[in-house]
Amino acid sequence: MNLYSIIEEIEKVDPEFQDRVNPRRAAIKNITSFGSKVAVAAMPFVFSTLFKKAYGQTAPVSVADVLNYALKLEYLEAAFYNQGATSSLGFSSSERSYVNTIRGHENAHVTFLRNTLGSAAVAQSTQGTAGVYDFTAGGTFPTVFTSVDTFFAVAQALEDTGVRAYKGQAPNLMKDAVALTAALNIHSVEARHAAAVRQIRRTRGASGTKPWITGANDTGISAVNANYAGEDNVMQGPVTITSLAGVGGNISTNAATASFDEPLTMAQVLPLVTPFGVK
Amino acid sequence: METESLLEKQDAGIGRRSFLRYAGAGLAGVGILAVGACTKDDPNEGINTNRGGIDLGAKGDFAILNYAYALEQLEAAFYTQVVATMYTGATSDEIALLTDIRDHELAHREFFKAALGSKAIQALTPDFGAVNFSNRASVLATAQAFEDLGVSAYNGAGFQIQDATYLTIAGKIVSVEARHAAYIRNLVNPGSFADSTILDGFGMDKVNTIPGVLATANTFLKTKVNAYDYGYTA
Repeated sequence: MNLYSIIEEIEKVDPEFQDRVNPRRAAIKNITSFGSKVAVAAMPFVFSTLFKKAYGQTAPVSVADVLNYALKLEYLEAAFYNQGATSSLGFSSSERSYVNTIRGHENAHVTFLRNTLGSAAVAQSTQGTAGVYDFTAGGTFPTVFTSVDTFFAVAQALEDTGVRAYKGQAPNLMKDAVALTAALNIHSVEARHAAAVRQIRRTRGASGTKPWITGANDTGISAVNANYAGEDNVMQGPVTITSLAGVGGNISTNAATASFDEPLTMAQVLPLVTPFGVK
Repeated sequence: METESLLEKQDAGIGRRSFLRYAGAGLAGVGILAVGACTKDDPNEGINTNRGGIDLGAKGDFAILNYAYALEQLEAAFYTQVVATMYTGATSDEIALLTDIRDHELAHREFFKAALGSKAIQALTPDFGAVNFSNRASVLATAQAFEDLGVSAYNGAGFQIQDATYLTIAGKIVSVEARHAAYIRNLVNPGSFADSTILDGFGMDKVNTIPGVLATANTFLKTKVNAYDYGYTA
């Protein structure tokens, strides 16, 4: 373990790292002299102390961390559609076609992220139980692969949550234009998927479900309330959307919430996907 | 009506610390400040009359936000016309959802207008002469083109946004445009919500550049939009 190469890596992510630690770099000097006397095993502790000093709490999220987080979500989605497509679920021919299209994209996203991360990519086998997920989410969706309606309800929650998860990471990727653009290009495809799955559900009888998210949880399934928390926001930056002019009055609350999809942080998303086995 | 924007509040001389508290944006506010700090308090900023037509102005967040504002103006005008003169044979479901889309585009347009305040480019005059509003195929083909164009435009410009708050807001809008695109595409051709004409081999949306997007958008505008500092004049 080379301390200087680690600091160089950190500086690629945060050029002001050394200044954050100490304007005169005394902390770095201290830690190097200290480092020569301590076992390598103690280093993570040293670094966590250093990061707390630099940032007040924890390290900024690295690009690789963001991409691995995305990869874990894509592993989950790919496995979900792979299992759904090969299950005995009684899809109509158009439903099957939609599922196969989405399945292809999710597997392609996995390939893209794995290619991009190279040896830093998290292995799929680390997820679930030896790579196998529990798509009932601990029994919440017991009929996920025996009821087409349940399958698409879970699909919708996964897609809408995926959109929110990617959106939440955009600011963390600002330092890397290539990674940001790639993430945005996946993000919008997840939104296309979400809209398509929502249309399927609308056609199957969930008449209140539109291709876009109206208010907070508009799925009719209370088990996914947390997946939609905050989607009913009407304040965008400094602007209250419902105070703006629409047709025949101000923009309605429904339109204000549906016209802007809201982000979720990593800390908000992880508890939503942990029951499936995401780690 | 003049809407005071966040940027103008800064120009008006609110101290840095209280501004940040007002914005509630922490570090994100720094980007807004940085933009505001190097911009003259000129109500015509963004409209460069020397270059002819309407120009997005000097490179920066104002230009990108005005770029989005131009596209949202075009979409809002289009769907306003669509809903006012609904095409022959529209189902009740189509009428309801196209009306929703109109309202979303109005919200986007009015959002940018309010956020930009005096930095906003002028209202654009559309030219929908090529669209037959009574014909379903003509309307939906145009709608699809606009929605896919919008997705590729936001995705292509995201990396140029310096302020994290506005990058996130662009992200909030682009996914809704993608939802619209998917819906319209499935109306035109069921199952085409994310097909290979718009996606690459990795299942990712293809981006478009500012010159590429404006060249298409300008075919639907009487008043042409230029982006001189981004290498494009109509």
